[in-house]
Amino acid sequence: MASTEADVFDRLGRGLSALGAWIDKRFPMTKLMKEHATEYYAAKNFNVWYGFGVIATVVLVIQLVTGIFLTMNYKPSAEGAFASVEYIMRDVYWGWLIRYLHSTGASAFFIVVYLHMFRGLLYGSYKKPRELVWIIGMFIYFCLMAEAFFGYLLPWGNMSYWGAQVIVSLFGAIPVVGNGLAEWIRGDFYISDITLNRFFALHVAAVPLALIALVVVHIMALHEVGSNNPDGIEIKEYKDASGKPIDGVAFHPYHTSKDLVIVIVFLIAFSAAVFFAPDMGGYFLEHANFEPADPLKTPVHIAPVWYFTPFYAMLRAVPDKLLGIAFMASAVLLPLFLPWLDRCRVKSIRYRSWIYKIALAVFAVSFIALGYLGMQPPTQPIYVLCRIFTILYFAFFITMPFYSRVEKTKPVPTRVTS
Amino acid sequence: MRITVAALLLGLGLAGAAHAEGEARLDSANTNIKNMASLQRGAKYFVNYCLGCHSAKYVRYNRLAEDLQITEQQLVDNLMFTGEHASDTMANAMRPEDATRWFGVAPPDLSLIARSRGTDYLYTYLRGFYVDPSRPTGANNVVLRGTAMPAVLWELQGPQRAVFHADPEHPGQEVLERLEQIRPGELSAAQFDETVRDIVNFLDYIGEPIKRDREALGIRVIGFLLVFLLIAYLLKKEIWKDVH
Repeated sequence: MASTEADVFDRLGRGLSALGAWIDKRFPMTKLMKEHATEYYAAKNFNVWYGFGVIATVVLVIQLVTGIFLTMNYKPSAEGAFASVEYIMRDVYWGWLIRYLHSTGASAFFIVVYLHMFRGLLYGSYKKPRELVWIIGMFIYFCLMAEAFFGYLLPWGNMSYWGAQVIVSLFGAIPVVGNGLAEWIRGDFYISDITLNRFFALHVAAVPLALIALVVVHIMALHEVGSNNPDGIEIKEYKDASGKPIDGVAFHPYHTSKDLVIVIVFLIAFSAAVFFAPDMGGYFLEHANFEPADPLKTPVHIAPVWYFTPFYAMLRAVPDKLLGIAFMASAVLLPLFLPWLDRCRVKSIRYRSWIYKIALAVFAVSFIALGYLGMQPPTQPIYVLCRIFTILYFAFFITMPFYSRVEKTKPVPTRVTS
Repeated sequence: MRITVAALLLGLGLAGAAHAEGEARLDSANTNIKNMASLQRGAKYFVNYCLGCHSAKYVRYNRLAEDLQITEQQLVDNLMFTGEHASDTMANAMRPEDATRWFGVAPPDLSLIARSRGTDYLYTYLRGFYVDPSRPTGANNVVLRGTAMPAVLWELQGPQRAVFHADPEHPGQEVLERLEQIRPGELSAAQFDETVRDIVNFLDYIGEPIKRDREALGIRVIGFLLVFLLIAYLLKKEIWKDVH
C-alpha cells in the first residue's frame, strides 16, 4: 500500500516538473518567480512602514473585485443610478457588503497610500536610484485621485452632484479655454446624465487600466533597483560569496510571510470599519449623499470627501479663484520633484539633521490640519488657519533645496541595524 | 413636554431653515434598532401617520415582514391597506404634482431620511411642532422653520405653543425659549416621546435594513481574522527563526 502511494506521488512530481519545463521553454515562469519572489532580496530590517505597499495592493484587488460585482447591478443613468445603489443595498444578495467594501475601500486606499508616501519621506525612498519608482508612484496617486473623483459621482446623491459641479467648475476658471474645457469634461452645460455616463466609463474602464499598468511598472522599477530600508543604505553593496546581499532576505518566503501578518492586521481594522461604521460618521459616506441628486437644491455645506480636503483647504486659502487653483495644482504636483529638491545624500531620517525632522513634522501636521480645515464650514478664522498651513506646506518643498544641502547628518552605518 | 432650543432666530422663513438647523439643539433619540417590539410599533405608526403622504419606495413589504418577524397575514392585516402585493415597495397614492400643489413641496421619500438627517434630528423634529396661525398648515416647527408638513401627530401630543424672548445680541429679533403645552393630547408626554422614538427607530431600520445583522457578522469575521492572525504569526516566526 505504502509503496504504491509513494509511487503515485513520485509520478505526479515527475509529471509536474515536466509540465514546468514545458512551460519554461515557452514562457519565463520560473525566471519571473525567481526574479520577483524567491530570489528578490529585500532588507531584513523592514519595519511596519514597509507594509503599506502590500496593503495598497490588497486594497486595489478589493476595489477591482467589488467594483466588478457592483457594475453587474449598477445602472449608470441619472434616472436609475441612485435607485440602483439602493437596490444593491437592499435587494441584491450580499450587495450591501460589496458596496460597503467598495466605499470603505476608497477611503482605505487613500489612508494607506498617504502612509506609504510618508514612508518614502521618512526614509528617503525617492532618492537616487529610486527617482522613477517615486515618480511612477506619484502617477499612481494622480490616477487614484481621478478614479475617486469619477467614482464619487456614480451614486448620484446630492453631494455627488454638487461635488462634481464644484470641481468641474474649477476648470472653468482657467482663462480663455476654461469654459470650453469644463463643457468638454461634462459633455453638457451642467452635470447631467451624459456626464454620469462618461464618468462611469472612465471609472470602470479607462482609469483602472492605467492604474493597473502603473502599479506593474512601479513594482518592476522597484525590483530593478531594489527596495530601500529604514537605514536608507544599499544592501546590494555587501554580498556574500553566492552574490546574495548579506542584509537581505528573499521576498518569498520571508517577506511574504511577514506581509501576510501585516495584511491580516489591516483586514481586521478594515472589517471594523465595514461592519461597524461604514459611513464613519459622515466621513466615508456623507449624510447629504443619501438624498438623490437635485440640481435645484444645493447642500448646505459642500465639501469633498476627506482625502481631497487638504487641497480644497488651499483653494479656500487663496482669495482669487484662479490663483487658488494654481496653488492647489502645484501642491499636488510638487512632490513629483522631491528627488531633486532634496540635496541631502543621507536617505533615512534616522541619520538626518534635526532640521529635516522638524520640517517633516511640520509638513505632516500641516497636511492633517489642512485636511481638517477643508471639512469645516467657511469662517474667517478658518481662512486664516488655511493660509498659515498652506504656507507651511509649500515651505517644506521650497526651503528643502537650501537646508538639505548644508544639513549636518549623522554617520550612516554600512550594514543595516536591527 | 419641553424642548430646549438655543438661539433660534425668528423670521428667517424657509430660506433660513438650513441655517437654523445648525443651531437648534437636538434631543437624543436614544433608539435601539434591536428592539423588535419598538420596530413593530414604529411600522404601525409609520403606515398610519406617514405613508399617506410620504413614500418609502426602496422598502419592500415582504422584506419588512421578515426582518420585523411578522407573518404575511399580519403584514396584510396591519400594514397593507390598499391592496399591494407583498413584494411591492412602500409607495403611496399621492402624485408628486398634486403634492407640490397642496403643500408647496412634495413630501420627501422616507427610505433614507434617517441616514441623511440622523435620528436625533427626526426625533426632535417630530416632537417640535407648535401652533403658528401665520403658517398655511397652522403649525410651525422648532427644527425646520417654516416646514410645509402639518403637525400630523398633534392629537397624540396635544397642541403646543412657542414662548419667545427678545434676543439680547440681535435687537428686534426674538429667540425661541421653549414650547408650552396648550392642552393635553391623547398620550402623556412620556408616552408620546416613546411613540416618536418607535417611529424614528423604524425610520432608522428602513434607512439601512442590514444594520442589525452586519454587526453580528462583523464580530464573526473579525473573530476568524484573529485566529488567522495567530496562525500567520506562528508561520512567520517559524520562517524567520534563522534570520539574525
